[in-house]
Amino acid sequence: MRLITTLFLTLVIAACSTTPTQPTLYERLGEQDGITTIVDNLLFEIGGNDTLLPFFAETDIDRFREKLIEQLCQVSDGPCDYTGDSMAQVHAGMELNDSHFNALVTDLVAAMDDAGVPTGAQNDLLARLVPMYDEVMNPDDYLEPESEPVTP
Amino acid sequence: MVKRDLNRGLLTLVVLMVLGLQPAWAGSKILATSGATQIEGAAGGGLVPWAIIGGYGSEGEWGAAASVTRVGLPDFQLGTAAVHAGVNNRFEFSFAQQTLQVDNLDRVIEQHVYGAKARIYGDLIYEPWPQLSVGLQHKVNLNQFVIPGAESEGTDFYFAASKLYLHALFERNLLLNGTFRYTDANETGFLGFGDGNGADPQWMAEASAGIFLTANWAVGMEYRQKPDRLDLGESAWSDVFVAWFPSKQVTLVGAYTDLGKVALWDDQAGWYLSVQINN
Repeated sequence: MRLITTLFLTLVIAACSTTPTQPTLYERLGEQDGITTIVDNLLFEIGGNDTLLPFFAETDIDRFREKLIEQLCQVSDGPCDYTGDSMAQVHAGMELNDSHFNALVTDLVAAMDDAGVPTGAQNDLLARLVPMYDEVMNPDDYLEPESEPVTP
Repeated sequence: MVKRDLNRGLLTLVVLMVLGLQPAWAGSKILATSGATQIEGAAGGGLVPWAIIGGYGSEGEWGAAASVTRVGLPDFQLGTAAVHAGVNNRFEFSFAQQTLQVDNLDRVIEQHVYGAKARIYGDLIYEPWPQLSVGLQHKVNLNQFVIPGAESEGTDFYFAASKLYLHALFERNLLLNGTFRYTDANETGFLGFGDGNGADPQWMAEASAGIFLTANWAVGMEYRQKPDRLDLGESAWSDVFVAWFPSKQVTLVGAYTDLGKVALWDDQAGWYLSVQINN
């Protein structure tokens, strides 16, 4: 009986110690190289999307690319800090509606498909980005109101 | 008469198919989020109307769908030709022409269903709470000969809540829907409405659950409670389904449905197939 108990405990401990740690989403997206590919694919998709392209007319694409890579890295638990503007600041004044949001999600899915990201990791990234919907669609609710001149 | 109407339905389908082949018309909703067509013509699953608005049209867009559905049962054949259109992802209008062939009586019962639905709150995917809609289905039974006393026209009212949960189960996206329907229809209207002692509608519960294996494939099940106004032992309906969304233009649904006892005949279970074309 003691032998069985010992064997059992040994097995349990062995099983626990060899359980592989779950890869982070950052790793599943292919780390820096994978995320860069996704973002480049996305820029390619946007370039062919008449709904979205006009919003990028004034955009510094190099900066957009760099900040988006940084943001996806941070959102997926990678070793980055997003240093860009808030979603409200970025989307202020664009007057976006659902058709624009849908178009971007569709292009992002296509970008991930082309980068070979598996379905589960795609869903994980989308689930982490979708909570930004309200701030993107209603940026005014998240921005400080214009400061009123102080009257003495 | 029935045959001519079916032909008309098919013609509508072909016309919409031709329109659908122009990709510039495609609305911006995410693939599969316009659902399929339920047997009474509304956007939903196979049996249950969902809170989603039909067609791929999002805000500022419109979208439409045309479908033919066939359910093969031991003693019945149910056919539906339906069209529905969604405007601004807010309002949906639908029409379905249904025929129920009753093999043992060598008769065909035909019913027309005029539907409308409005989204009153929320978004299927992007907001934390489910999308809520209210709808109605006005049904006209053209051959209400089976049950003396029952009305030949009736209207179902319903409200529905639908939500797509991303990365929810086995890393897959999960769709849940609940619908409450206020109805006095017997066998969805094929046996008329009420029991001849005045309209006495009841609240019935319907539910659907589906999981997206990929962006293009979903499997799931549905349940639809039904009243037993005629004391015939009318059964609740259920199905298990597989849905394929190869593109925004095409939706295919195959299912195994269990309709239980229908009128006098027990154990009505069989295959369900629906082909839908979207613009």
